[in-house]
Parts: sequence; C-alpha cells; structure tokens
Amino acid sequence: MTLAGRFATPLVRALLIALFAFAIFGPLANLVLWAFAEKWYFPSKLPLEYGFTFWQRVFSPRGNALASLGTSVWIALLTVAVSLAVAIPAGYALARLKLRWRGLILLAFLLPQAVPNLPVYVNIAQVFYRIGLAGTITGVVLVHASHGLVLAVWIASAAFASIDDSLEEAARNMGASAWTCFRTVTLPLAAPGLMASAIFVFLESLDEFTGTYFVGVPDVMTLPLLMFNASMGGNYQIASITALLLLVPSIAFMLVVERFLKADVLAMVGR
Amino acid sequence: MRVLSDVTLDVARGELVALLGSSGCGKTTLLRSIAGFVTPRSGSIRVDGRDITSLPPEKRGTAMMFQSYALWPHMSVAGNIGYGMRMRGASKNAIARRVDELLALMQLQGFASRPVTQLSGGQRQRVARARARAGDPALLLRDEPMSNLDYKVRIELRHELRALQKRIGITAVYVTHDREEALTLADRIAVLDAGRVVQYASPEDIFHRPASAFVAGFMGADNAVALMRDRDGTLRVTRGSGDGERLVAHFRSDTARVDASASQPANGELRLHGRVVQTLYVGQGWRYRVQSDDADVWAHAEQRIDEGASVAVIVPHDALLLFPRAATAG
Repeated sequence: MTLAGRFATPLVRALLIALFAFAIFGPLANLVLWAFAEKWYFPSKLPLEYGFTFWQRVFSPRGNALASLGTSVWIALLTVAVSLAVAIPAGYALARLKLRWRGLILLAFLLPQAVPNLPVYVNIAQVFYRIGLAGTITGVVLVHASHGLVLAVWIASAAFASIDDSLEEAARNMGASAWTCFRTVTLPLAAPGLMASAIFVFLESLDEFTGTYFVGVPDVMTLPLLMFNASMGGNYQIASITALLLLVPSIAFMLVVERFLKADVLAMVGR
Repeated sequence: MRVLSDVTLDVARGELVALLGSSGCGKTTLLRSIAGFVTPRSGSIRVDGRDITSLPPEKRGTAMMFQSYALWPHMSVAGNIGYGMRMRGASKNAIARRVDELLALMQLQGFASRPVTQLSGGQRQRVARARARAGDPALLLRDEPMSNLDYKVRIELRHELRALQKRIGITAVYVTHDREEALTLADRIAVLDAGRVVQYASPEDIFHRPASAFVAGFMGADNAVALMRDRDGTLRVTRGSGDGERLVAHFRSDTARVDASASQPANGELRLHGRVVQTLYVGQGWRYRVQSDDADVWAHAEQRIDEGASVAVIVPHDALLLFPRAATAG
C-alpha cells in the first residue's frame, strides 16, 4: 500500500461514517431542536429562543397528546393480542404440520405489505363504513392486525420450527397430552421468538398512520394522527414533541428485541 | 413410504434386546412405532398383553431415551427428571424424593437446580437416563444413547449398564448400529436389514452362527470368498461353477493368518494364494489385503510382510462361515 493510500483509507472511512451518521442523526437533531425551540424563523440557522412552553402545551389536559398516546398504546396492545391469537396456532401449524400449500400460505400473509397501501385502505374504509366499523377502535385494530400478521406469523412459525421435534416427543413420551406438551414445552421454548414478534407488531401498530387515517378519523385519534395534524397546521414544535414521544418505545423495544431474536430463530424465518 | 415389513419381535420381561442394523434399515422406525410416534399400517404392538397399537404416546407407559437426549433447556435438571411424575400427578414430596434418589444413582448429587444447558455430554446422558427411569416404565426404549459420547466413556458406560441391567432387570429395547455395543449389552440381538428382521438370537449365536451372509458380514466376518465344495468335501476357491456345491465363505480378518512360508495344508482349512497389495498397522500386528484372481481378502499377521510379496492366506475350518451361493453371485 502506498503512503498516500495508508492515510487515505482511514480518511475515506471517517468521511463515510460521518456521512452515514449525518443521514441518520441529522433529521433527528432537527427534531430535537424543534422540540425545544420557542422562536425560530427565517433566516436564522438555529432557534432564537429555547424553552419548554410547547411541552407544557402538549402535556396539558387540553393538549390531547396524552389521550392519543393512551389510545395508541391501547390499540397497539389489542393488535398484539389479535395478531398472536392468529400467529401462534398458524405459526405452529406452518412449522409442524406437513401442509401442502405452506409456501403459498406464508406468501398470503405477505400480501397486505406487497399491495400498494392506499387503494386497499380506501376500500377497507368503505367496507368498514358500511358495516359500522369505521371510526371504531375495533376497526383500527383490524387494519393494524392485517399489517402486523405477516411479521407475527413469519416469526412465530420460525420460532416453532427452531424447536427440535424430539423435545416435544420426549414430553409426550413422559405422559404429557398434546395440549400439556404444547403448554409446558413448546410454548415456553417458543416464547422468546413470540415475544419478539409481539414487539414488532406493537411498534408497527404504534407508528401506523395511513390505515388509521382512513378508518379511524375523526373518532379515533392516535399519536401519529396528532403529529400529522400538528405539522399540517404549522405547529412544528408539537409535531416534533409527539415524534420524540413515538421514538421512545421504538428505541426501548429495539434493544429488547435484539435479546429475544436469537440466530437459530432468525435462520428459520420464511423456511 | 414402507420402512418396515413383516416384523415379529417378542421381548421377555427383564430382557434387553438390541436392534442392530446399518442406518436406514428401519431400527429407529421400529423403536418409534413402539413409543407411538409412528403408527404401523397393520399388525399390533402389545405390552404385558395390553394392545397399545392405537394408544397415543403418553398412554403407552414406555420411556424413551433419545439420541440427542432431548432434555428441555428451559428446565433444571430436577425439572427434567421430575416431569413424568408431575404429569402423573405425584406429590411434590414424592417427586423430590425420587429425583434425589436418581441423582444419587447417577452420581449427579448437587446438580438438581442446575440448568441442563450447563452440563457436559456425559452428564446430560445421565440426566436423560434418570428421566427415563423416573417413572419405573414397563419398557425402556433407547435410541443410540451412546453415539454422542467419547469412546472411553462409552466403554465404561457399557460395562456399567450391563451390570445395572443384570441387577435391576429392566425390560429394554436398544437401538444401535455398533455391533460391539449390541454384543456386550444385549440378551438377544435382532439384526435388521431393509426393514426386516433377518436374525433374532443370542449374541453368541449371532456371532458364531449367523443365519445369512448378510448377518455374517455385518457381524465382522466381512471377507467373502466364492467356493465350490466337491463331493469329497474339499473346498476349492473359484468364482465359476462346475461339479459340486456352490458356496460363499465368510470369515473374520483376525481368524485368517498370512503365511509367507509354504507349509503343508492341514485338513479342512482354506488356503488362498495371492499377493499383498495393501498393509495396515493395527496395533497388534498388521492387516494385509491379499488379492488373487478369485479372491480379495483381508488377513492378519504378527510379522511384517512387504507389499507385493506372494503369500498364502490360511483360514482354519472352524472359522469359516459357509452359505449357499446363488448362480449369478460372484
């Protein structure tokens, strides 16, 4: 390696890292600045005054933020419950039974992700309006679940597939009925994978905007909808603060997921 | 897919039966059908006169030891061993007492609350044995329980198991592909080939009086020589046919001796003249591959012989296992 090359390589690397960091943290920094900006107008590069006035407004009883945070979390929890209720039996069946259309079934759960969102949601909104689900928590949960199921089913099926058959056979052999075996051996062993899928579904639901907008508005107000309204109305501070609120569970859970999703489970995803 | 056909096997109480065969012969399938993980298309399986053919695995009262041990990684050693008793609703005290007893028997005192993931291979094997024994099963099923152990541990365990078997007399079916293991452990051996039991007899009979050329080959008599037996009883090494009885002779390499000198043939012994083409040192002497126009065999000698030397392989008459030879067989 030439002398120039020896200096250039670390330099290039440092530049690339800096660029990468800027792409990730740049918008976030802007968000943080806006969250604490009292006054910030053109042509200033930085806010003119900092303070917590908008934080007070967001968390005041009239601010709606806490109420929509509550709604968001409640919807996310219900979505997790619905998704797991489907994903546990479906994932087990896909992992253990010799289903003929296994690949096709796995692919079917992917459809809601593959098709463009907007036309689907417009249709769903229309149908839900007719059957009285529009503007209800149930309606929003169903829309979120259709989205979350692909993650839940795929990860759950991988979690069950990574459990060695002989572990279940040993339990049956020791006198456990099929259900007891599932309850005492299969489920506890799949628990980390199922936990990871629950967290993904929870986060997906917490951030979901489009579906909620078409099905929930105006009766169901989630945090992303509040953020959207605020930024449309030019309230960048309110929008930034709600955005930061949404970041907290995402980051917290991402750290947890990493612990639950082991390599042996990941290796089975989509198999 | 048909894996087993026409299998009949009876196991007496207190007897240890080994299912011996190469991989894919159906021995594990047979064991799994006794345990209830595979349902036979026809026929029946009985334990103590009770037909268990259509019972689910949990109602069969058999205890299986898996090749992988199949210990539950989310439970402690005691949790694993006591699982079967918990399933049958035994009291906490009774379970704790039985677990302690088994831990002592397996020399695992103090391991009760350890997670099984922290144990060595030998320790896991002992936990698996304790788990299988915990419920005093009517029938113990073992699927190659020693294949994952070191050679030395395996030998020690073999002796230990044999002694235990003699003392306690558990009825057990033991799957193995290791003929030495089957010979030392079993009261009777069932040799399986392509889904059929080709011989079911005591270890001595299987070893000295194999029922077929396959069994002879599988039990270590893997030298095969095509012969003709003339009317006067002399054996001639030849692949061809002619006047007399067409036979194939099997013999063990260590019963055949390589003779470099041209001694006079004794009565009834088999003599093969050929050339040494390969030499293996086996610790107690050498093993030589000797080739001639009509045969290709391995034989033993204590002295060193050069490759390419012309020698005679001498097999005593009582070491020869003779089987009829089909017309097309070489």
